[in-house]
Amino acid sequence: MDMEFSPEDLAFQQEVRDFIAENYPAELREKQDEGEEMSKEDFLVWHKILHKKGWIAPAWPVEYGGTGWTPTQRFIWSEETARADCIRLMPFGLAMVGPVIYTFGTPEQKAHFLPRILSGEDWWCQGYSEPGSGSDLASLRTTAVRDGDDYIVNGQKTWTTLAQHADWGFFLVRTDKDAKQQEGISFLLIDMKSPGITVRPIITLGGEHEVNEVWLEDVRVPVSQRVYEENKGWTCAKFLLAHERTGIAGVAASKRGIEKVKAIARTEVDGDKPLLANAFFKRKVAELEVDLAALEFTELRSLAGANAGRGPGPESSLLKIKGSEIQQRLTELSLEAVGHYGAPYFRGFGEGDNEHPIGPDYAHRAAPTYFNMRKTTIYGGSNEIQRNIIAKMVLGL
Amino acid sequence: MDFTYTETQDMIRDTLSRFLSDTYDFDTRQKFINSDSGRDPAIWAALAQELGMLGAAFDENHGGLGGGALENAIVMEELGKVIGIEPYLPTVVIAGGALKAVGGAQADAMIPEIIAGNAIIAFAYAEPQGRYDLANLRTTAKKDGAGYVLNGHKGVVYAAPWATHLLVTARTGGATRDREGVSLFLIDANLPGIVRRDYPTVDGSRASEIYFENVAIPGDALLGGEGTGLPLIEQIVDEATIAVCAEATGVMQKLHEGTLEYTQQRKQFGVPIAKFQVLQHRMVDMFMEVEQARSMTIMGVLKLGLPANERMAAVSAAKAKVARGANFVGQNAIQTHGGIGITQELAIGHYFKRATMIESQFGSHDYHMDRYERIVLAD
Repeated sequence: MDMEFSPEDLAFQQEVRDFIAENYPAELREKQDEGEEMSKEDFLVWHKILHKKGWIAPAWPVEYGGTGWTPTQRFIWSEETARADCIRLMPFGLAMVGPVIYTFGTPEQKAHFLPRILSGEDWWCQGYSEPGSGSDLASLRTTAVRDGDDYIVNGQKTWTTLAQHADWGFFLVRTDKDAKQQEGISFLLIDMKSPGITVRPIITLGGEHEVNEVWLEDVRVPVSQRVYEENKGWTCAKFLLAHERTGIAGVAASKRGIEKVKAIARTEVDGDKPLLANAFFKRKVAELEVDLAALEFTELRSLAGANAGRGPGPESSLLKIKGSEIQQRLTELSLEAVGHYGAPYFRGFGEGDNEHPIGPDYAHRAAPTYFNMRKTTIYGGSNEIQRNIIAKMVLGL
Repeated sequence: MDFTYTETQDMIRDTLSRFLSDTYDFDTRQKFINSDSGRDPAIWAALAQELGMLGAAFDENHGGLGGGALENAIVMEELGKVIGIEPYLPTVVIAGGALKAVGGAQADAMIPEIIAGNAIIAFAYAEPQGRYDLANLRTTAKKDGAGYVLNGHKGVVYAAPWATHLLVTARTGGATRDREGVSLFLIDANLPGIVRRDYPTVDGSRASEIYFENVAIPGDALLGGEGTGLPLIEQIVDEATIAVCAEATGVMQKLHEGTLEYTQQRKQFGVPIAKFQVLQHRMVDMFMEVEQARSMTIMGVLKLGLPANERMAAVSAAKAKVARGANFVGQNAIQTHGGIGITQELAIGHYFKRATMIESQFGSHDYHMDRYERIVLAD
């Protein structure tokens, strides 16, 4: 057991640092620092740079376009991209449907979709939740009825993240109403430009248009766009949920987040001292750092287990619970740190609007981010559901 | 980067675990902790001679297995699982750690005695006024010819009634709280002028108040430099702190497992109480604390070799987290057991008592958060 990086790892770390320093777009950095909302193009510009370099999908098997990095190299990669505050990559293609397709898809599906996910040509969204199916996802009611070589899909999905940008969506639909709930579900890939699809925005607490309702009315979907067997979609869904949870600890990003909170608390003044010298605020920052260290080493232990062929198992629910709690505490501390200037509502720069927004740059998104991040303990299986999973799968209750 | 255990480390864990499950069941433990001496010397002898366990963390050239902090953590975690009272912590981790650090003739003489099970060494460092400040010392060692004369009062010296030797911190100079002037001595426990008042501790061990009354000690009892001993003492206490984190992990795991087991047997309202979601979620929260304690112990072990400031920050982070976790898991184990939890009858309460003492051993949560902040979040 040791934490040393080998000379090869150190050389790799330097290569990654140099690459980011030379290639990360300055305009994107500026927009991030100003606290502006990111457009589709903003998300894609860094994606395309990484694709060109061949570094877009480190977690994928090499045969499908992965990097073949060791777990240590992948650890270094996530540390360095977080350290440099690189914009996050959209997970819907790279971390969600991509792995489902290369694990369960047909040769045709793999050949068509995987390269387009890697290049960023297709933007994906996830059609899982429904108005009546949240934590109880298997109760979903959107139907797909066979009609020759097509399915006819009808129903309503909700909380569909960034569906307004999406070219494609992966959907869970009911193909057998009579089977037990989890045994009558299929996994479909649907072209979001298909006739019968309507996407309507849902505006969340921070004022963002991040999630949507998606209505499907007699949408025709070729059977060739079903992944895996009919009525076996729950297998794909479970695979994907476990896959989604492995990265969800968000350790590297939270480390960067703590540095940002500390920078704010060194700038903000409390009495005649920086806020960070306030014993109560300082203690909250310190507790957060300690909890993050515990999360980091739990994740490292879990990765070691995964390398030994054991995980990621249901204990990844622990990473989700603790990771999401830490992300929320970070945004709460940021909001607390900015004081009065949490209140002004910054709606982004309008057309030809050059006036500097109210308050310091670091304050612009403090409140919207705090509001927005309440989602982390709800999505991906709420933290209560994660506790149920641990109780059942780990504790055997 | 590597988070796996070696085959030797797995073997140490398995061997010790098997030995303790055969010899250290709860009823047996209760029998010897309530005996006159408070221990069964045959167990210590077996750990040394049959298992070679006391050498796990020492170099091969002293007769050990070549291990270090990770081996200590493995042994301490297994002892935690049986709430073992064996003096492994003061003898091997602390005194052994000091001897490894100073090396030379003192190490060559004593380490083989430790490995053989002949030496039991208690760590006399705490003083009634000092709380967790290692430099807050009124005990003095005055130069006297080639040796020293020791005077002072050491409090709550675990394992002292059983000890052949004492590892003592004392002032050879400076004022009560100065960093300078602190020295470390390894002395015979039975020298004239050493007065002990022995007593049982709440967590099943034995300890003493020790009064040094003009105790003449030889010059070669000094470990390290005269008056410059504090960094060495801080280092070995950090090593000991991580060792109790490992012990806590074992204690917490058993508290959690015992609670899981009990809730599956205990019926109320016609069902095992483990069926109630409110208790399931609490036991998940306990599970998460156990796992995080294990993670923090490993983090601490891996960072013990870093420069002093980084080492101290890591150790304090680990101890602060483990202290909170031990508190949470212990209190909830008792709460979930209900009335039977607050009796002496079940093992669970005895695990709770040890967990509670570990919370403040070598510094409470608050002490370690303060130390962490002084290093990491300085203004």
